[in-house]
Amino acid sequence: MTVLYEPPESLTDTVLRYCPGCGHGIAHRLIAEVIDELGVRDHTVTVASVGCSVYAFEYFNTDVVQSAHGRAPAVATGVKRVRPDDVVFTYQGDGDLAAIGLNEVLQAATRAEKISVFFINNAVFGMTGGQMAPTTLLGQKTTTSVDGRTLEHGGYPFNICELMNQIPGVAYLARETLIDPRSVMSARRSIMKAFRAQIDGLGFSLVELVSTCPTWWHMKPLQAMQHVRDTMLIQYPLGVFKDPYAEG
Amino acid sequence: MSAEKRALLEGNHATAEGAIAGGCRFFFGYPITPQSQIPQYMSWRLEELGGVYLQAESEVAAINMVYGAAAAGARVMTTSSSPGISLMAEGISYLIGCELPCVIVNMVRGGPGLGNIAPSQGDYWLATRGGGHGDGRPLVFAPYSVQELYDMTGGAFEIAERYRNPVMILGDAVLATMVESCRVRPVPEAPNAYDHSWTLGSGLAGRERRIINSLYSDIADLEALNLRLEARYAEATERETRWEEYGADDPDILVCAYGISARVCETAVDRALEQGIRVRMLRPISLYPFPSAPIAAWAEKVKHCLVVELSMGQFIEDVRLAVEGRCPVSLQNRLGGVLLTPEDVLERLTTIKV
Ligand SMILES: Cc1ncc(C[n+]2csc(CCOP(=O)(O)OP(=O)(O)O)c2C)c(N)n1
Ligand code: SF4
Repeated sequence: MTVLYEPPESLTDTVLRYCPGCGHGIAHRLIAEVIDELGVRDHTVTVASVGCSVYAFEYFNTDVVQSAHGRAPAVATGVKRVRPDDVVFTYQGDGDLAAIGLNEVLQAATRAEKISVFFINNAVFGMTGGQMAPTTLLGQKTTTSVDGRTLEHGGYPFNICELMNQIPGVAYLARETLIDPRSVMSARRSIMKAFRAQIDGLGFSLVELVSTCPTWWHMKPLQAMQHVRDTMLIQYPLGVFKDPYAEG
Repeated sequence: MSAEKRALLEGNHATAEGAIAGGCRFFFGYPITPQSQIPQYMSWRLEELGGVYLQAESEVAAINMVYGAAAAGARVMTTSSSPGISLMAEGISYLIGCELPCVIVNMVRGGPGLGNIAPSQGDYWLATRGGGHGDGRPLVFAPYSVQELYDMTGGAFEIAERYRNPVMILGDAVLATMVESCRVRPVPEAPNAYDHSWTLGSGLAGRERRIINSLYSDIADLEALNLRLEARYAEATERETRWEEYGADDPDILVCAYGISARVCETAVDRALEQGIRVRMLRPISLYPFPSAPIAAWAEKVKHCLVVELSMGQFIEDVRLAVEGRCPVSLQNRLGGVLLTPEDVLERLTTIKV
């Protein structure tokens, strides 16, 4: 019998706790596949953060350190400075990265810290019960903006990639999504390039993955995917912002 | 290797050199008076030695860089002063929760709030009552001379490693900036990193993956961690409790003071002894574990215990707990960055009825 498709070695066989239709599971799988393909699993250190993905330490089959809410880029910096030959990446939600941890991620990028950051933007705090995040869309209902986010109360949604694009220390920067096979393949290519930029010593890399939270969006999985296409991607347009490997 | 030398060193520089002698090659910090000379010194000295100095964007980041470096097996230190240590509290708790060794120096200044940059002992509770949220604490040592800053900071790495727990050195603005003669050891050329089976990185081949984590969803597992920490602290109490005594062998009065206050009291005790006042000073060197047993033993014999501190009765609580009513305990203190003088203490000693 020929095996056509196997789980990646860089994931453990633990059952994921994510809700059905949640983007975290897809993002995990892609990152793990890329680590396998690069053949770096045995010297990769995962820096897990706080959010629904808090259990990433159970899922990624690499050495893992769990960090405090928002602090993953600082923790990754400490690891990388001690182990410059290891591949170090953080996995962070939008509450983690765009709210409490904004400073750490900006400063790590500014230092051109040779780490990769995977930023899962589902426009909501999932783990704590669907509260408003910096990335929550105007008009979006959350448990702390029950009538929808308004400018008066919540201000504008936060576009991380556009902000990071100003920073010279960022070597690779892209915004991707995970809503169909085509976008998943594109996300995979960006994740690959982000790791390569780190391995080639070019600097900091970040891939934003516009993702779903069917649970707190109160949607069915497919409906959530459609919502990303119709609404999220207008606020968060996809694209590769910086690519040292781009041709031409 | 060359032999031990003598050098005239500022307290901050002695702290840095002591750490280097203790094998520290990684430093993450953020400037704050009165300890900015430590990061300044480390910035060029560690480069010279092939280590890493990194100026973090904040104390929050600094302690989390320490956390990452400790997880990867480095001998790592951060230094700060009071407001900075407040910011590190979460990280300190995580380091404790993950059973990671590191050294944290707090050159205490006046507070609360921005306070001032003058010497104070107002962080006694912050240091000894946990250092962060949850059930756990750093081991805390309080030097009273430049030599002790050097020796204790260097030795702290071994202790941190032995107990897999952060160690805090509690200094103050006077110690940080005063210059004294100091015996300096040769710098080890290849300092030991923590060579433990639990550190992350540098190759999974031939071993299981390793996880450093302080999330315990299972309540029984967290209780087990709490009890494991407690057992370690009990062992530290056995092995690391340190104090020094000075003065009359048959005292009427016991003076308890630590750090810079003990330095002041030493002179006061000398003068009191000349005047025929039978006084003995007990100086805790480890603040956690606290030398409760020797204080209790003296409390049986003396008529009075005077506690001298530069804080609003923080340290006296531990002394009272040790004395447990065996003798009266009273407090002499100054606040806001005001230093007590030997004359102040001497005057007080002459008024105590014995
Ligand atoms: C210092 C601190 N503040 C708050 C929390 C509570 N908290 C846990 S997860 C979270 C939000 C996570 O949201 P996000 O990063 O968007 O991840 P998601 O759950 O959506 O995957 C918050 C506020 C915490 N653990 N630590
Ligand atoms: S709450 Fe949202 S982000 Fe969290 S696992 Fe469920 S769907 Fe995913």
